[in-house]
Amino acid sequence: MTALPIPEVPHLGEADTFWRGIAADELLLERCRSCSAVVWYPRGFCPSCGSGVTLEPASGEGAVYSFSVVHRGAGEYRGCEPYVVAYVELDEGPRILTNVVGCDPDSLVIGARVRVVFDHGPDGSALYRFTTV
Amino acid sequence: MTGADRDAYIAGVFEHPRRVIPELSTPRIHAEVAFGALADAGLDRSDIDGYLCDGSQNFRPVAFGVLSMAEYLGLECTYLDSTETGGSAPIVQVAHAAAAIAAGKCQAALVTSAGRPRSAPTSFERGSVEGSFEDVWGMSGAVTGYALSAQRHMYEFGTTSAQLAEVKVAASLHAQHNPNAFLRDVVSVEEVLESPMVSSPLHRLDCCVVTDGGGACVVVSGALARQLSRPCVRVLGAGEAVRHSDLGRLSLTSTAAAVSGPAAFAAAGVTPRDIDYVSLYDSFTITVIETIEDLGFCEKGEGGRFVMDGALVAPHGRLPFNTDGGGMCNNHPGNRGGITKIVEAVRQLRSEAFPAVQVPDCEHALVNGTGGNIGTRMASATLVLRRGDA
Repeated sequence: MTALPIPEVPHLGEADTFWRGIAADELLLERCRSCSAVVWYPRGFCPSCGSGVTLEPASGEGAVYSFSVVHRGAGEYRGCEPYVVAYVELDEGPRILTNVVGCDPDSLVIGARVRVVFDHGPDGSALYRFTTV
Repeated sequence: MTGADRDAYIAGVFEHPRRVIPELSTPRIHAEVAFGALADAGLDRSDIDGYLCDGSQNFRPVAFGVLSMAEYLGLECTYLDSTETGGSAPIVQVAHAAAAIAAGKCQAALVTSAGRPRSAPTSFERGSVEGSFEDVWGMSGAVTGYALSAQRHMYEFGTTSAQLAEVKVAASLHAQHNPNAFLRDVVSVEEVLESPMVSSPLHRLDCCVVTDGGGACVVVSGALARQLSRPCVRVLGAGEAVRHSDLGRLSLTSTAAAVSGPAAFAAAGVTPRDIDYVSLYDSFTITVIETIEDLGFCEKGEGGRFVMDGALVAPHGRLPFNTDGGGMCNNHPGNRGGITKIVEAVRQLRSEAFPAVQVPDCEHALVNGTGGNIGTRMASATLVLRRGDA
């Protein structure tokens, strides 16, 4: 568990399975049944070809594609600065927004290898974040 | 209809002179800028048969965007458009108005844009489909998305914070001549770099201003333009395009101007070398750097080097930009600055910019809008405009 807030995610029906996975410490990725594309963000179908998708466990590993150290937090993040918002490029391909935690923000670099961690709030909310390897 | 009748012209523009408007509603600001643009064109409200405005929450307490606003303004219209692409929306709408005029659907189309984020900030609401995966990480408003783009641009191309700062410096040099500008002080590269870091690598002075206000323009047919006494500006070419996250394969270092720009140039029959003045959406300094590259004013990755040594400074820089002071210093009404970009380009082509920043013999101007967020999904709109007598 990190010191960052764990906001409740107002997710919609199509992404329920994805978020249930996060609550169970599993990062699931949608893959198209027809064209095999990995679909991010999860939406229950493949926008490339319109086919259905399956959910499969991700490796949970990737590399920092870009990042920003936030010094002026918004909402419930106010007071948590400095913290890192990043695009992590998963080894499966997609670049996803997240936080990188457990590292010195000033020493983070693009290309740093990261691994998924799961944060759980007392109210049942859960988020995927990443930590440097 | 002859070919000339299918041409569309911007006949009137207006920018609300105020930047803090605590006592007026947003619809009322739409009305004030609408009447201002009509007066500038020399047209009456009854001449308007097309109306375009975006559908953002800026319209509260008016419920139905363009429909409610048409009623509020008392307009009778045969063409309506409420394209919502964020800050680029008015620029898309000028293109749509020109197309509607070419198709004979209307003769005189009004485009308005307004908002009051300074006096009445709207609270951010979670709950969009894509937002579930983006709104929960503590992004510092819109800044962090652009910061992610800037960081990647620096990594791939060696762009520096000092190069980004040149965009703000050029805008501030222009804003000193604009008595209505929100910020009129000239700033140095050092002052930008020493301003507080908001979301690295972007400092406070890498960000545009937050202002109340708005603007409007009137797009008319060639037949109508010939009856008006004010100089009209021809809409020579237009392009629009979207760049989104593409299943997670998004590019942080290019915008949809890479598509909308070439489309507008092709339609206009001109090239970047023909452009005398540019209005470039400047939500953040990095927005301008990426746009200059995407529009072909320099190679991809060279934007940082391009803006060094005063390239953007009017009147004699290689690419004079945002001579009103831009979103960086003058105005970014309603957190969406597209309309101000159109207004200043028309001023330049009419030789009505502030004398110190008027580009000599300005014949072709380009307007580029960047709506949404380049760190996630965005829509570009490009217009190429020509002086009426050219």
